[in-house]
Amino acid sequence: MKLFRFFSPATFYPLAGKLIPWFAVLAAVSILGGLYWGFFETPDRLGGANPQKEYYRIIFIHVPAAWMSMWLYLVVAGYSAIGLVFNTRLSFMLARATAPTGAIFTFLALWTGAFWGHPSWGTWWDWDPRLTSELILFFLYLGYLALHSAIDDPHRADQASALLAIVGLVMVPVIFWSINCPDPNQCAALHQRSSLANMEPNILGSMLVMTFGLWVYSFTTVLMRVRNLILIREVDTNWVKAAIAREQGE
Amino acid sequence: MRARRRRLLFVVLAILGVGIAAALALDAMRSNISYFFSPSQVAAGEAPADALFRLGGLVVPGSLVRQADGLTRVFAVTDNAATRKVSYTGILPDLFGEGQGVVAKGRLGADGVFYAEEVLAKHDESYLPPEVAASLQPTGVEGDAAGTATGR
Repeated sequence: MKLFRFFSPATFYPLAGKLIPWFAVLAAVSILGGLYWGFFETPDRLGGANPQKEYYRIIFIHVPAAWMSMWLYLVVAGYSAIGLVFNTRLSFMLARATAPTGAIFTFLALWTGAFWGHPSWGTWWDWDPRLTSELILFFLYLGYLALHSAIDDPHRADQASALLAIVGLVMVPVIFWSINCPDPNQCAALHQRSSLANMEPNILGSMLVMTFGLWVYSFTTVLMRVRNLILIREVDTNWVKAAIAREQGE
Repeated sequence: MRARRRRLLFVVLAILGVGIAAALALDAMRSNISYFFSPSQVAAGEAPADALFRLGGLVVPGSLVRQADGLTRVFAVTDNAATRKVSYTGILPDLFGEGQGVVAKGRLGADGVFYAEEVLAKHDESYLPPEVAASLQPTGVEGDAAGTATGR
């Protein structure tokens, strides 16, 4: 299969190196543009049953970070499943490289949520279903990373943590439906339901640009991290030795 | 090839099991986890009598009364079926307002009044400027007016 060629670490290492600058520039442009749009070109207060003042702008970081925290967990579990089935080295490395970025975004979602909750709800934290399930997701990321580094043999570490990642998948639908169940009376929560239907176009637009920016940022950091992992794990192979010799010769 | 198929089967079964677990957890969440009780549930005696619990609903417009001590406020919370009087001593959150959603944590007194230790304000998922929100629901409380009326 031709596709499998790209999954060989020796091919992927230089390919990732070529992609990183593009993703980095795209991330910087869209994050800066999204923040400018969100901070300066949007209404300065909200109305109706949601009369938040300037602090509502935390949404431009909070919601994209929360989306990425769930999406990156799906990515980690997906690479783990592919790795378990096909025994491909690179997919395990990609899963391991994605997890820290996912953990950071989960933390960012919880942290910005606390800052948001204090002025709007009147509390930093409450054991609401959405908040609690997102906190468990954060612990799952930490557990995945801890289990991976607790086992010395990389192959066994990959397999054990991949299984944990798949089992942890249970949290993603729980987080999603904790506030979005069909009957609003059945999912009582402090956190508001998520809906893009009633949003001012500029608020929605800048939030989506920020989401794109954080997504491309994830690509950048994951590719950088996976390049390091490839070098560490393949240090004894000829192509790495040749690449190091080439670097040192320059 | 056979080993790979066996691993594929294993992973598919694992994901299937996780999916069933998630479905069961969601179902349990729906019927067992009650983050707050509505005034109707409290009236039906479903809320614990001698323990802390949360009461959730909308603040009845015009029900907010400041007591003589200047800090205690009494207001009514409704789910449009039943109404419960709530007494709270302390600073109300910024978004607290008549007609708005609240979640109050406290105990039910012998006099039937809910004595709250903590009052949290809820808001909804619409992110519209005040003019647009006002034109959508003419009876809706305008943000700033609701904020200042509660007298922070």
